[in-house]
Amino acid sequence: MHAISVTDLRKSYGPFEALRGVSFDIEAGGVVAVLGPNGAGKTTMIEILEGFRFRDAGRASVLGMDPARGGSELRERIGIVLQESGVDNYLQVAEVVRMHAEYYRRPRDVDEVVDLVGLTEKAKAKVKTLSGGQRRRLDVALGLIGDPELLFLDEPTTGFDPTARRQAWQMIGSLGRLGKTVLLTTHYMEEAQFLADRVIVIASGRIVADGTPDSIGGRATAAVRIRFALPPGLAAGDLPVAPTSIGGDGQVLIETLDPTEVLHHLTGWAIGRDAVLDGLTVDRPSLEDVYLSLTGADGRDEDAA
Amino acid sequence: MTGPVAIAARRVKWEQRMFWRNPPAAAFTFAFPLMFLVVFNAINGNSRVRLPGGSVRFAQYYVPGIVAFGIISACYTNLAITLVFRRELGVLKRTRGTPVSPGAYLFGLVGNSLVIALILSALTTVAGVVLYGVQFPGRYLGLAVTIAAGAFCFSCLGMAVSALVPNEDAGPAIVNFAIFPLLFISGTFGAVDDGSGLARLAGLFPIRHLNQLMIAVFSPFTHGTGIVLSDVLVIVGWGLAGLVLAVTRFRWEPRQARS
Repeated sequence: MHAISVTDLRKSYGPFEALRGVSFDIEAGGVVAVLGPNGAGKTTMIEILEGFRFRDAGRASVLGMDPARGGSELRERIGIVLQESGVDNYLQVAEVVRMHAEYYRRPRDVDEVVDLVGLTEKAKAKVKTLSGGQRRRLDVALGLIGDPELLFLDEPTTGFDPTARRQAWQMIGSLGRLGKTVLLTTHYMEEAQFLADRVIVIASGRIVADGTPDSIGGRATAAVRIRFALPPGLAAGDLPVAPTSIGGDGQVLIETLDPTEVLHHLTGWAIGRDAVLDGLTVDRPSLEDVYLSLTGADGRDEDAA
Repeated sequence: MTGPVAIAARRVKWEQRMFWRNPPAAAFTFAFPLMFLVVFNAINGNSRVRLPGGSVRFAQYYVPGIVAFGIISACYTNLAITLVFRRELGVLKRTRGTPVSPGAYLFGLVGNSLVIALILSALTTVAGVVLYGVQFPGRYLGLAVTIAAGAFCFSCLGMAVSALVPNEDAGPAIVNFAIFPLLFISGTFGAVDDGSGLARLAGLFPIRHLNQLMIAVFSPFTHGTGIVLSDVLVIVGWGLAGLVLAVTRFRWEPRQARS
């Protein structure tokens, strides 16, 4: 059974179409990242799956239930970490977690969950004394306390410093390895790259790409980019391979689908002439390059919720 | 145990803990009625007020009025402001995402208000008896019915008003502004003549009825329980109207988008 199955999901706010027919299935287990610019429809989609909003059209199934009608039966089995939501400020960290544990039939152990999110030292601190990053970790703890099969994380690390983000990634990654299904939205390419087994890119209410972080948008098969500085005293015509472009500063770019052979020619030629290929790099388009080309044309300037 | 009753009971426990952990809010709920008790007694302490059956010292009229005001402060004001605050900060939305039933959650809040109302009623009564020589003739049934009707009515109205408040900054202002003129014309802070236009206007609303019930419960001239059915019905009717409004207009999500 799919953890999530969505077919032709649609949602409008007045004349604004937030979702224009989104379809995908997510298998149980593993981490799926939904990427997209602000206003692309990420939060609308995730809140429909969480049961906070109702779809206008299409089918949606979460753990085999309709999220619009799942009620407490569904909420027993999912964990929700909203983009922003308050906590009762005057309770201590462990108290808030314990209070939420009482909402579930089979909660996890409170101390264990507090420890899992790295708040053991703050267990007796009042919520209002926590830093932003600690608050976010408490959010995650409250999402986990019901021992959910499926965890929704809406921008879990927005506003984190790099160290806190790394720690959060370790924690989320460990959930995926425990066999939980995690659906997260994010703006951060590194986050998707690091955490996700699968990336779904949304722009203007539609899915524009769907695949593993390494293959999405044709990354795995895209042309390899070879770059180096033109050796002094040589002209473009001297190169054994025709360059794709040469910058004014003598930077040579060669894009090729057959990097092994091109590099062989190039390096053999350089050694034969005793020339040096300064600053030689070989790479593929980064996830960010792919993302920008997928979403850059549309969606970037839309700024609706 | 995770039955609805057990959950509701534990919710009251958590609400109590949260209430007392926030000293400014707790002080506000308690200080207002107690401050009025002291101030108005100091101003009017020597005057006499006519009640059905005879005249009494001001405190004998005023202390039951403040007991009624305490119920309003605990149930209506405190509940409405708490709800607006939690809604706008996203606490309610987060809660909605858990399996706890909305009924159990709201019961926790109302139960908490009732506990506060009982403590406040007891404090006011004891202060009235000890400091101002007020008589309490032991009409416990009348007292219980009056507190129950008042707590029900003003909890429902508190939930209803919270649904009308647009954001947490406006909460205290709107919630208090809606109630204070009514408190004055309803005779909470000083008698308003029965036959007057003001009294008739106040008679449309529940506060005057709650006030009169409580005064009758305390009055040395009352015969029987002190319960006047027509007063109880007006109070409960307002509660039901508030409940309908609360149920139809209640929101779990913030009204203001945050960014």
